[in-house]
Amino acid sequence: MNLEILKTPRGIYNSLLILLCIFMPWIAPAIGQDFFTDVFGRIMIVAIAAISLNLIMGFGGMISFGHAVFVGIGGYAVGIFASHGIESAYIQWPVGLLMSGLFALIIGAISLRTRGVYFIMITLAFAQMIYFLSVSIEKYGSDDGLTIDARSDFGIPFYDLNDALTMYFTVFVLMVACLLITRKMVNSRFGRVIRAAKSNDERMHTIGYPTYGYKLTAFVIAGMMCGLSGLLSANFEDFVSPDMMFWTFSGELIFIVVLGGMGTIMGPLGGAIIFLLLSEVLSNITNSWHLIFGPFLILVVLFARGGVEGFLAKFEKSPEAKS
Amino acid sequence: MTEIMLKVENLVKHFGGLVATDSLNIEVEQGEIHAVIGPNGAGKTTLIHQLSGMLESDSGTIHFDGQEISHMSSANRCHAGMVRSYQITSIFKDFSVLDNVAMSIQAREGHSFRFWKNANKDAVLAGKAREILVEMGLEERAEVLADNLAHGEQRQLEIAMALATDPKMLLLDEPMAGMGPEESSRVTKYLESMKGKYTMLLIEHDMDAVFALADRITVLVYGQAVACGTPEEIRGNEEVRHAYLGDD
Repeated sequence: MNLEILKTPRGIYNSLLILLCIFMPWIAPAIGQDFFTDVFGRIMIVAIAAISLNLIMGFGGMISFGHAVFVGIGGYAVGIFASHGIESAYIQWPVGLLMSGLFALIIGAISLRTRGVYFIMITLAFAQMIYFLSVSIEKYGSDDGLTIDARSDFGIPFYDLNDALTMYFTVFVLMVACLLITRKMVNSRFGRVIRAAKSNDERMHTIGYPTYGYKLTAFVIAGMMCGLSGLLSANFEDFVSPDMMFWTFSGELIFIVVLGGMGTIMGPLGGAIIFLLLSEVLSNITNSWHLIFGPFLILVVLFARGGVEGFLAKFEKSPEAKS
Repeated sequence: MTEIMLKVENLVKHFGGLVATDSLNIEVEQGEIHAVIGPNGAGKTTLIHQLSGMLESDSGTIHFDGQEISHMSSANRCHAGMVRSYQITSIFKDFSVLDNVAMSIQAREGHSFRFWKNANKDAVLAGKAREILVEMGLEERAEVLADNLAHGEQRQLEIAMALATDPKMLLLDEPMAGMGPEESSRVTKYLESMKGKYTMLLIEHDMDAVFALADRITVLVYGQAVACGTPEEIRGNEEVRHAYLGDD
């Protein structure tokens, strides 16, 4: 591994993000703000959803405006099983992941026949459909949601998600795994196909790629990864509700990806940390924190193209800059 | 008798009331360079769109290399051995020059559902891509971002990407458009050296290049082939001279 990269501004920033996540359970009590450990657990769960969105949006150019629906599907897999007294993770988790993948397959198969604004609208429509479905099912709490009495049970001695630190580091390890999988995948042949299809889909067809199947596969992988975020969220909050798949959360995910740096591996984590910390801090200062937060978001979109990662990359001597 | 590589019969394409391709018949023999010339709006690029599968034809048939491809997808036509280049440069701007060409190589190496191995370190892809770049004289620019190439170089890359799919037949849509004289003559020489290796359908406004390269020329006006013959025959054709070539 090339350690030189750690000395660049981006390298330092990205290392800092990971270190913050690792040490937050000790940093938070040390600064007398215990609840920051919880905040960071939540941040990393949202980051997993953002990482999965970045895979299709940042690398594949598919702007899904309904991505949060997969968080909901993963979450309800835990909630519904738990409400029937089935707590085994070996049932909840595979079903949650498979259902996320299945819904992604159906939504993707239809949405990917369109592009641009139509793709955005169709993914939004599907997500809202499933949102209203979850609101309408009274058996599972409709819009009050479902309280989960027991977290997923892995049946492993000394490994219990009810332990706060175990839960925290389960989230951390899975988030890092998602980052590594994304990095591996975007550099593989498959990853090159979806990146090239983002760059120039028509040319891909004329040099021999039926891109639809590749994009659909990426959409399904992203859906399942996002479902994982939902599985974790349900366990972490001991609660699921239709709100977790409401369109505003999909919008926040898009913003987190853009803020952190679309199409970069670590962008979504940075975006999630900045976005959620800022809303946490600002909402503690004033009730009308949206008045500050809104303009901030607009400024970032206007002036920091490429997000934080893109901004820091400007300080690097890129080999690509020579022409 | 020479084998027919491409046979277009009664091909038609309407855009509303406009007839872009009007019962067009063209035969291209294996190994020949067949130029299609004609004034602007004659339907040359539409023809390439139809041949490459980007536009569905209203009627008519296209046979290529012994099989009917009239309803085949673009990607499958490419796999069958027919590849097009673009008049307006169509490349992967945020990829390096080498990776642009490597995408074409990767396409002919079977499916790309390979999720793990780092393709950037794939010696097969990079090696073959580099060979194509050497042929096109772009090898020194291999690591440069395609977007940062000079216009003429992008035009060369455009052709390199088509060549890298290892085609039997090239559909070249104004390959010399926007090139300087030096690059233009370089590409002309290159295409000449490839004569016989690839069958080519060439659309080009540079008449020097057309008459230097083409074995046969079809003159297209309002979607119809008004003349077809050797460069000498076309040069001698009074109708074509008046309609298109001018009297100089």
